[in-house]
Amino acid sequence: MKLKQLEGLLGGLQQFPQPKVELEQYPTGPHIASRMLFTVLPHSLYSPSFFISRSLQSLLIKFMILVGENFDWLLGFKTIFGAFACSSVNQAENSFGDVSNKVVADFGCGCGTLGVAAALLSAEHVLSIDIDPESLEIASVNAEELELDIDFIQSNVLDLGWRGSIVDTVIMNPPFGTRKKGADLDFLSVALKVASQAVYSLHKTSTRDHVKRTALRDFHASSAEVICELRFDVPKMYKFHKKKEVDIAVDLWRFVPASHQRSTS
Amino acid sequence: MRLLTHNMLSSNIKGVVNGFPLRIEAEKVVEKTVEMNSEFLKKMFDKVDWKALVDASRAMGYTELPEEVDSSILDSDEFLNRFHHALLELHLEEGALVCPETGRRFPVNKGIPNMLLHEDEV
Repeated sequence: MKLKQLEGLLGGLQQFPQPKVELEQYPTGPHIASRMLFTVLPHSLYSPSFFISRSLQSLLIKFMILVGENFDWLLGFKTIFGAFACSSVNQAENSFGDVSNKVVADFGCGCGTLGVAAALLSAEHVLSIDIDPESLEIASVNAEELELDIDFIQSNVLDLGWRGSIVDTVIMNPPFGTRKKGADLDFLSVALKVASQAVYSLHKTSTRDHVKRTALRDFHASSAEVICELRFDVPKMYKFHKKKEVDIAVDLWRFVPASHQRSTS
Repeated sequence: MRLLTHNMLSSNIKGVVNGFPLRIEAEKVVEKTVEMNSEFLKKMFDKVDWKALVDASRAMGYTELPEEVDSSILDSDEFLNRFHHALLELHLEEGALVCPETGRRFPVNKGIPNMLLHEDEV
């Protein structure tokens, strides 16, 4: 599977028709999702050029949700407002083999993009969880159309009961906690208990120190690394926007749960 | 829902001590063929709760898994085929997962278990 192919397939996925702001729903766009997942593939498939961005649709939409704007017209939004900046220093080693032939769980899957990406990249078993039945219905149609076997569960990620250490990797684009403070860290806490190998997650860069400290000290992660920073500017578009431009930055993290050493394959 | 998923879920209702394994009530089971990956199966063999898998596959109408196993059985292709089929090819499409301690039913519709807890269960 080439990155372009993956992005193309993800681009065909159906997204939220009526997003629920209280759940901080926004699609994980094909560009971000495909790159997020490619990061976790073995080295041979990886090239630094994957981190040169052309579209930041999903993050922009996420931002729109953060500022509380009506979502609908944004679904067709294609323009690039941001510049995607990523440190090239760590790129060569940012490929860990955390998806192929693994058991992967997508927490707060929404319309299923990250889980679909994992399945397309040869995860052996994908388990996608969301609280919202309408999202799950769309997600399962998305999986079916690509003939992927993905298991879906309707549950609050924070309430689900787990046994054993079967899940290797958790991938997630969690709620940023705008509606419910700390929601992203609540998700992270559970993810670090459930995953045995790695957790990939997006968090606001403004919370970077807090995320790192909390992951290492409170959730006992054995490592917490920012793989890349997604940074973009949003020009004034709404009457309630006070500033001319808003700069928003999000980190893609890789966490290693307690008692598992970082493995670079 | 595959039985691999079933093998890692437990009832998390407030106060429940042993929420695993969830009992399966199968109304409709579908089979979807997928390619076998023996390395994956060997890794999973150490991780699954065997008795729970045997009981779950029986509840789904599949009775070919042996009750007693040790790791030497992994040399048998016939066993791997059966293990693969039970773990990854049987899907609970309609029915319910039942908490072993409280009897609370979590319905499964279109293959998706609804594990949402009521307010007083959290």
